[in-house]
Amino acid sequence: MAGLELKKDFPVFGQKIHGHPLVYLDSGASAQKPRHVIDALTRFYETDYANIHRGVHDLSMRATDAYDRARGVVQKFIGAAHEDEIIFTRGATESINLVAATWGHENLREGDEIVLTQLEHHANIVPWQMLRAQTGCVLRVVPIQSNGDVLLEDVLAALNAKTKLVSVAHVSNALGTVLPVEEIIKAAHDKGIPVLLDGSQAVSHRSVDVQKLDADFYVFSGHKIYGPTGIGVLYGKRAILRDMPPYQGGGDMIASVTFEETIYQEPPMRFEAGTPPIAQVVGLAAALDYVSSIGMDKIAAHEDALLAYATQVIGEMKGVRLIGTAPRKAGILSFVMDGIHPHDIGTILDSHGIAIRAGHHCAQPAMEALGLAATVRASLGLYNDEADINALAVGLFKVQGIFG
Amino acid sequence: MSETDNDLRELYQDMILDHGKRPRNFHVIDPADCEAVGHNPLCGDKLVLFLRVGEDGRIADAAFQGTGCAISVASASMMTEMLKGKTAAEAKKLWAYFEAVCKSNATPADMTEGLAEDDIDRLQALSGVRHYPVRVKCATLAWRTLESALDPKAVKKVATE
Ligand SMILES: Cc1ncc(COP(=O)(O)O)c(C=O)c1O
Repeated sequence: MAGLELKKDFPVFGQKIHGHPLVYLDSGASAQKPRHVIDALTRFYETDYANIHRGVHDLSMRATDAYDRARGVVQKFIGAAHEDEIIFTRGATESINLVAATWGHENLREGDEIVLTQLEHHANIVPWQMLRAQTGCVLRVVPIQSNGDVLLEDVLAALNAKTKLVSVAHVSNALGTVLPVEEIIKAAHDKGIPVLLDGSQAVSHRSVDVQKLDADFYVFSGHKIYGPTGIGVLYGKRAILRDMPPYQGGGDMIASVTFEETIYQEPPMRFEAGTPPIAQVVGLAAALDYVSSIGMDKIAAHEDALLAYATQVIGEMKGVRLIGTAPRKAGILSFVMDGIHPHDIGTILDSHGIAIRAGHHCAQPAMEALGLAATVRASLGLYNDEADINALAVGLFKVQGIFG
Repeated sequence: MSETDNDLRELYQDMILDHGKRPRNFHVIDPADCEAVGHNPLCGDKLVLFLRVGEDGRIADAAFQGTGCAISVASASMMTEMLKGKTAAEAKKLWAYFEAVCKSNATPADMTEGLAEDDIDRLQALSGVRHYPVRVKCATLAWRTLESALDPKAVKKVATE
């Protein structure tokens, strides 16, 4: 299997960690940044930076152009029909909170139901619990299989006349399960129910087309797709966004203000109160340009092959049990080892320069459903290669050596 | 051998691996005079500590239950061994010393005053965590739980985050 050989694009790989080459298997938590993104940020700050949508001066116009261009980049990247369907947020977490606080608050009443799955990230659980506290709505949770899969029939069984929203992960961050989102959306739409997809762990691994999916909302964070932190995306269908009340109030989201009455802007500006993270938006566009220049399909093929390799190499190790073996997976290998706690594994791997995540991965209900407190999670990025997986395997042998 | 390897060997020395794999006093005491739950939300580690106090006011029995990494289990195991026969004041003194050695290897001499050599050795064995700041929470979970078990007013649930 030929790698994409992209480590050279990422300055972080130029260093050693505890005397070892860096083996970065924690892109699911946050991805490293390519030179292309770092340079775009530097260039923007050095030459084009000013506040946007306000200035008559040259810099402000340049900054505004860069900001507005980025919206088009995101639109094309996820296949949205219109640029005004892209709202910039601080991250996937804020995107979901925005939907809960605006659309949710407007549309949910006592007894109405929101369908989630057991494998959701806390970011796709807690905002709905907060909405439940305010509205008395009900959260219906679709169980997962012991292999981490979510069955379409279980989702269908959860839909009823009271269901007002289905909000599910596109790809699970704890287990790597790819959910049957196309079918879920079709089934929900048959009943007139809108669907929010949490694409945090999907967009960096797959080409995503929100129109083909027919998702009503789609959310993700910039930092997991090689962009900066502090920037995320909320996609919403134009017709839905137009009817949504504002999120926060302030500058940039208004058409006119008097003390008697304020007229709100149309989307997306209605949802972007205040000075946004301008450079981060520019950095996100640079990141999407970067992955697009490689090609999402090529990245997906590479990562799928690497995940298959990792599944075989790590899965066949004695004393290792893979957690999450659904038929369709992306980018994530979770596992436990007999008699050795994930935290200890993480510390020992780190001493060999190998970065993984140990813990519950902000998905405690999923862990509980599988009867686990924690797993080790190796998550892939486009820069990973077979040598990284081999290093992980050697590291795990060393762990077993110590715990003998 | 690199410094990292040395640190790792110090952290995972035989005494700790042994206590981590075969924790002592790993059971429930029922009824117990003091009970407290410790929780490390970062990694999901949880332990319940049980103490029985004798007529003389000394800790007559100490035991624990729970799940955790080798460091937190070993720490709890060794702590329960050390606690037997100690007064609350003596236990707190051990904790103060342990807290100090988890931060720095230069501990003031007066902190060891009155501590048994054997106890100092055990706490020193765990002090290798000072090279791993995120793991200090694992090593101190049992002791923080003890602190709350001994405090009659405290809510008996300790989170280390
Ligand atoms: C599936 C999923 N949803 C939501 C989030 C939250 O993302 P952020 O912390 O960037 O807002 C994450 C990140 O860990 C995730 O993996």
